[in-house]
Amino acid sequence: MELDLFVSILTITVRAGTSLVFATLGEIITERAGILNLGVEGMMIMGAVTAFAAAFHSGSAVVGLLVALAVGGLLALIHAFLTISLRADQTVSGLALTIFGSGLASFLGQRLGPAGSPLVGQVGPRFEKVIVPVLADIPGLGPVLFRQDALVYAMYVLVPLAWFIMYKTRPGLHLRAIGESPHTADAMGVNVIGLRYLYTVLGGMLVGLGGAHLSLAYTPGWTENLTSGRGWIAIALVIFATWNPARAVLGALLFGGVNAIQFRLQAAGTTIPAAFLNMLPYAFTIIVLVLITWWEAFRKRVGAPAALGLPYMREERT
Amino acid sequence: MLTLKLEKRLVPSRSMAYLVPVISFVLALLFGAVLLTLAGANPWRTYQAMLEGAFGTPTQWAAGDFYNLTETLVKAIPLMLCGLGVSIAFRMLFWNIGAEGQLVMGGFAAGGTALWLPQLAPELPGWLYLPLMLVVGMLAGAIWALVPALLKAYLRVNEIITTLMLNYIAILWLQHLYYGPWKDPQGYGFPGTAQFVEAAWLPRLIGRVHWGLIFALVAAFVIWLVLGRTRWGYEIRLIGENVSAARYAGVNIARNIVLVAALSGGLAGLAGMAEVAGISHRLQQGLAVGYGFTAIIVAWLARLNPFGVILVSVLLAALLVGGDQIQIVMRLPASMALVLQGAILFFMLGGNIFTRYRLRLTR
Amino acid sequence: MPEQAPNLVRSPQPAVDMRGIVKRFPGVVACDHVNLTVGAGEIMALLGENGAGKSTLMSVLCGLYRPDAGEIWLYRNGSPQRADIRSPRDAIHLGIGMVHQHFMLVPNQTVAENIILGLERPRFLLNMHQVEREVLDLSRRYRLQVDPSAYIWQLSVGEQQRVEILKLLYRGADVLILDEPTAVLTPQEAEELGRVMRVMAGEGKAVIFITHKLDEVMAFSDRVTVLRDGKNVATLVTAQTTKTELARLMVGREVLFRVERQLVDLSCAATGQTALLSVQNVCAQNDRGLPALRNVSLEVCSGQILGIAGVAGNGQRELAEVVTGLRPVSSGRVLVRGQDLTNQSPARFIQAGVSHVPGDRLGMGLAGNLPVSDNLIMKAYRQPPLSSGPFLVSRAIGQFVQRLIRAFQVATPSPETPVRMLSGGNLQKTILAREITAGQEHDLTLLVAVHPTRGLDVGATEAVQRTLLEQRAQGAGILLISEDLDELLVLSDRIAVMFEGQIVASVDAREADVAQLGLMMAGGRGAHEQEADKDGALC
Repeated sequence: MELDLFVSILTITVRAGTSLVFATLGEIITERAGILNLGVEGMMIMGAVTAFAAAFHSGSAVVGLLVALAVGGLLALIHAFLTISLRADQTVSGLALTIFGSGLASFLGQRLGPAGSPLVGQVGPRFEKVIVPVLADIPGLGPVLFRQDALVYAMYVLVPLAWFIMYKTRPGLHLRAIGESPHTADAMGVNVIGLRYLYTVLGGMLVGLGGAHLSLAYTPGWTENLTSGRGWIAIALVIFATWNPARAVLGALLFGGVNAIQFRLQAAGTTIPAAFLNMLPYAFTIIVLVLITWWEAFRKRVGAPAALGLPYMREERT
Repeated sequence: MLTLKLEKRLVPSRSMAYLVPVISFVLALLFGAVLLTLAGANPWRTYQAMLEGAFGTPTQWAAGDFYNLTETLVKAIPLMLCGLGVSIAFRMLFWNIGAEGQLVMGGFAAGGTALWLPQLAPELPGWLYLPLMLVVGMLAGAIWALVPALLKAYLRVNEIITTLMLNYIAILWLQHLYYGPWKDPQGYGFPGTAQFVEAAWLPRLIGRVHWGLIFALVAAFVIWLVLGRTRWGYEIRLIGENVSAARYAGVNIARNIVLVAALSGGLAGLAGMAEVAGISHRLQQGLAVGYGFTAIIVAWLARLNPFGVILVSVLLAALLVGGDQIQIVMRLPASMALVLQGAILFFMLGGNIFTRYRLRLTR
Repeated sequence: MPEQAPNLVRSPQPAVDMRGIVKRFPGVVACDHVNLTVGAGEIMALLGENGAGKSTLMSVLCGLYRPDAGEIWLYRNGSPQRADIRSPRDAIHLGIGMVHQHFMLVPNQTVAENIILGLERPRFLLNMHQVEREVLDLSRRYRLQVDPSAYIWQLSVGEQQRVEILKLLYRGADVLILDEPTAVLTPQEAEELGRVMRVMAGEGKAVIFITHKLDEVMAFSDRVTVLRDGKNVATLVTAQTTKTELARLMVGREVLFRVERQLVDLSCAATGQTALLSVQNVCAQNDRGLPALRNVSLEVCSGQILGIAGVAGNGQRELAEVVTGLRPVSSGRVLVRGQDLTNQSPARFIQAGVSHVPGDRLGMGLAGNLPVSDNLIMKAYRQPPLSSGPFLVSRAIGQFVQRLIRAFQVATPSPETPVRMLSGGNLQKTILAREITAGQEHDLTLLVAVHPTRGLDVGATEAVQRTLLEQRAQGAGILLISEDLDELLVLSDRIAVMFEGQIVASVDAREADVAQLGLMMAGGRGAHEQEADKDGALC
C-alpha cells in the first residue's frame, strides 16, 4: 500500500474514532460508578444537533461545544434522578432516554434552522484543522496525529488524564469502589449517591462532547440520524475496553479504522457490496464481545464493576 | 430539619399500581403541553388533533368511516406481536433488544419465499403460500434471536449488545437486497422488490387491517395460557424471579433461554411477515421503522402482561398515527409523537417507585 | 489507663453512653428505649438472640441508621458531649467504628486501598508505598498479621477480618464494635481474636462485641449487656454471672441445652442399613478454579445423621453442591441409592430423591417474590397430580399447598403471599416442608441440610432440629453441614471434619469433644490420621 493511502487511512481513523472515544470514556466513567446508561445514542445525537444549532445561531463553534456539554449532562441527570433517587430499572430508563433523545433530536433538527426551517444542509461554524508546528512534521505519525482539529487534541489530553485520575488518585479510588461495592464505600463514608450523580452527569457531558465532534468537525453539519448507532457501539466498546480508559482508545480507533477503510475501499471501486462493509463494525463488535467474555471466564478478574446496574439502598433490611 | 424520605412499604400498594400509570400519563401530557406551547402550538388543539387522527371523529363513525381507527390498528399489529415476543423474553430476564432485526429477518424470509417460490415451484397450489411464509418468517426471526441466545446460554455473552448489533446487520442486509440483487427490474429506479403474487397477500379484515391482528390476539392468548397454566410458564417465571432457585429446582436454564429467545424472535419474525404480506406486498424501505424498539416500551408499560401488551400497543400506535396527523394538520414534526412517548415512559419509570415505596416527611 | 474496679456495674470511665435509643422499621420495633454504657479500656459483650436488636443498636451507634428517639453521649478528652451521628463518616470522625459480620471490603482492591477508602487524606495523589508501611506498623503493634499489597479476594476469611479491624485502627477509632466476629473463625482463631481484643482494651479502646454464644461472653468480656426483643434486660459483670443465668435472660425462659434423642448403632454395613448417599474419592474445584474437594469419601446411611464440621470455606459448600448436582466433579463418583449420578444434572438428582435444604434460603432455596404456593411446588410440579401433560392442575396444587402448610405449620397470611414476607423460621419451614415431602416419594428420604438453623431464633431452631430428628427416626439419612459445633454434637451420629477440602477426621459424636474437633478444624491431626501429601497427588 502506498504511504499516502496508509497515512490517509490512519488520519481518517483518528478523526472518525474521536467521537467514539469521548462517548466510550463517558460511559466508562458512568459504569465504573455502578450506573448503566443505555441512553448514549440519545445523548450523543442530542449533543450533535444542539451543538450544531447553537454554533449556527451564535456563529461560534465553542458555544456549540458548551451547549453540547450542557445538554448531555442534563439528559444524563434525568437518567441519574430516575435510577438513583427513584430506583427505576436502569435498562429501561436508558432505553427511554435513547428513544426520547433520538426523537427530540429529530424534532429539533427540523425546527432549529434559520427561521424555524430544518437544519439539514445548513453550513455552520466548525472546528478547523489545526496544524501543530514541529510535531506535525515527524515522519510517519506526525501528519496523522497532529493535523487534526482541536477536539482531537483535547482527546489526546483527556484520555491519559482520565486514566491517571482513575488509578492513581483518591477520587479515582472512590469511583472504582462505588461501582464495585457501594455498601462498603458507603460504610466507609464515601458519598455514594452524590458521586453516582456526579459521574453519571460527567459521563453524559462527555457523550454530548462526542456528538458535538460529529456535527462540528467530522461530518460536519447535521443530517437525520447523524450518529447512526455510534452510541450503541460505544456501549459495546466499554466492555471491549474492560472499563479501562486506555483500552477505550484502542477499540474506538479500531472502529474508526473500519469506517475509514470502508470509505477508501469504496472510493477505490471495490466490488464488495457497500452493505457488507457497513456491517463490519457491528459484526466486529459481536466477535470482540464474545472473545472478551470468553477470555474473562478464564482470567476471572477482568470484569464489570460488581454493582453495575443495581440500585443502591442504605437502609434495606434483608 | 425536615427531610423527605423514601420508606419501603410492607406490601406493594395495589391501589398505587393502578393510580401510578394514570397519574404518570397525565403528567406526561402536561409536559408535552409545555413543549408544544414553546413550539408555538396550542396543546389542546394538538391533542385533539392527535386523538381524532388516531381514532376518527364520531361524525366519521356515524358515516361508517373508520379509516383512522383502522390505520391505528394497522400500526398496532406489529407492536402487539413484537411486544408479546419482547415481554416473554423479559419475563426471563433475557433482554431482547433485537426485535427490530428479527422483524426484518422475518420479512426478508417471508418476502423471499413469496418472490422466488413462483419460479422455483410453479406447480405449488396458491393456498400453500401464506402458511409457508408464516413458518419461514417465524423461523427466520427465531434463528436471528437464537444466535444471541446460544451465546448467552453457553458462553455467558451479554445479550443486550449482541441482539442490538444484529438489528443493524439485518437492516443492512435487507437494504442490500432490495437495492441490489432483488431489485424490481421494472421499478423505475425506486428501491424495492417486485410486488408479490396475490397468493402471498395476507387477507384483510377491515380497511387495511389484515390477519396479523388475528395472529396477535391468538398469540396473546397462547402466551397467557403458557405463562399461567403450564409447567414451562412456571419455569419461565421462576427463572425470571430467581435464577439460582431455578437451577436448584432442576430447571434447565440454557435450554429455556434458547427456547424463549426462539419464541420471542419467532413472534417478531411473524410481525415482519405480517407487515410485508399484509401491507406492503413487497420488500422496500419502511419495514424497519422502530417497531422493535417501541415494542420494548410497550412490554414494559404493559408490565409484561400479554393482554396489557395488546391494549398498550393500540395506545402507542394511536400516539404514532396521531403524530403523523398533526404533521399535516398542525404542521408540527411527526417526531413530536416520539418525544411524547419518551416523556410518558420517563414519568412512568419515575412514578413506578411509589408502588413499592412511600414518601415520608421526617425530622 | 484506668483501673477496672471489678465490682462496679457502671464503668468509672465511660467512653460511650447510649440513652433511650428507639429504632423502628415497618412492622417491628428493633430497639425499644435501650440504654447502654461502655467504658474505655473495657470489653463489653452484647448478648441476645437473633432479632433481639443487637446489630440494629450498634448500627445506630456507628451511623448506618438514624435513631427515631434517644441520645448518644461520647466522652472524649474527659468531657462529655452529645453526638449527632448521621452517617458512618460522622461516626468515624468521632472515633467509633464497626467490623460487620459481612465484611465491608472491596474484593478487587488491595488491603491498603481498602484501608484508606473514604479517608480525606491524601487529598489527591495516592502514595500507596507509604500507606503500606503504615499498615505494616499497625499490624505489628496489634498482632494482626496481613500483607498490605494483597488483593482482598486472595485472603482467607480470618485475614479479611484483620483488615477490617486495621481499617478502624488506622482511623484512630477509640470505640470498636465487632459484630459476631467468631462466626467465621476456628476455635483457635477465636482465641487469638480474644487476645487481640485484650491488647486493644489495654491501649484504652472501648471494645464491644456482639454475640449469641455464651462461651465467648464468659471467655472474653469484662461486662455483658443482654438484649431481648429490642430491650436491655440486664447489664452484668461477667465474672459475677453464669451461662445459665445469661441464657435465661436472653430467652426469657429456661433452656435445655440438649435435645432428647436415642443412641443408635452406627455402621451402615453392620446393621444392614442402606447407604443412601455414597461419595467416593471425589475431587472438585470451586468457582475460582482452585481445588475445593480433595479426595473426599463419605457415606450417609439411612437412619443416621452425618454431621460435617468445619470453618466456612473449607469445601463444605462445594460438597453440598456436588451431591445435589449443582457442581461437577473432576474425578471420583457420587452414588445415590446405589445409582451412579456423577456429574448428572440437578434434575436427575431431584428425580433420584435427593432433598436439599440450602444454606442460602432466599438466594437459592426460594424465589422471594413468588407466592408461598409457587415455592412449595418447586420440586413436585413435574409429576402428576400437580401436572397433567404440559399443564399445571390448579386444584391439585391448591390441595397440595394447603396440606403442606398445615402439616408443617407454616405461618403465612395466605398461600399467595410473596414468600419473602415470611419470617426466617417460616422460610425454613417452607423449605423443609417442600423437601421432606419430596423425599417421601421414595422409601427412605435422603436430605442434605446446610446451616439449617443459621439466623433462626431459639424457638425456630428447636423446631428445625426436632424435625430433623423425627426424619431420622423414620429412617431418613441426613447429611448435615453446619458451622455450629454445638448443634452438630447434639444432632449427629457421626461427625466428619473438613479442612482445606479433605476429611481430616471422622468421629463418633458421643465420644467427640469440642477442643479436639476445633483442633481438627484448624488442621491438626485427629482420631483417624489421613496420609495425604498436600500438593497434587490426591486428585
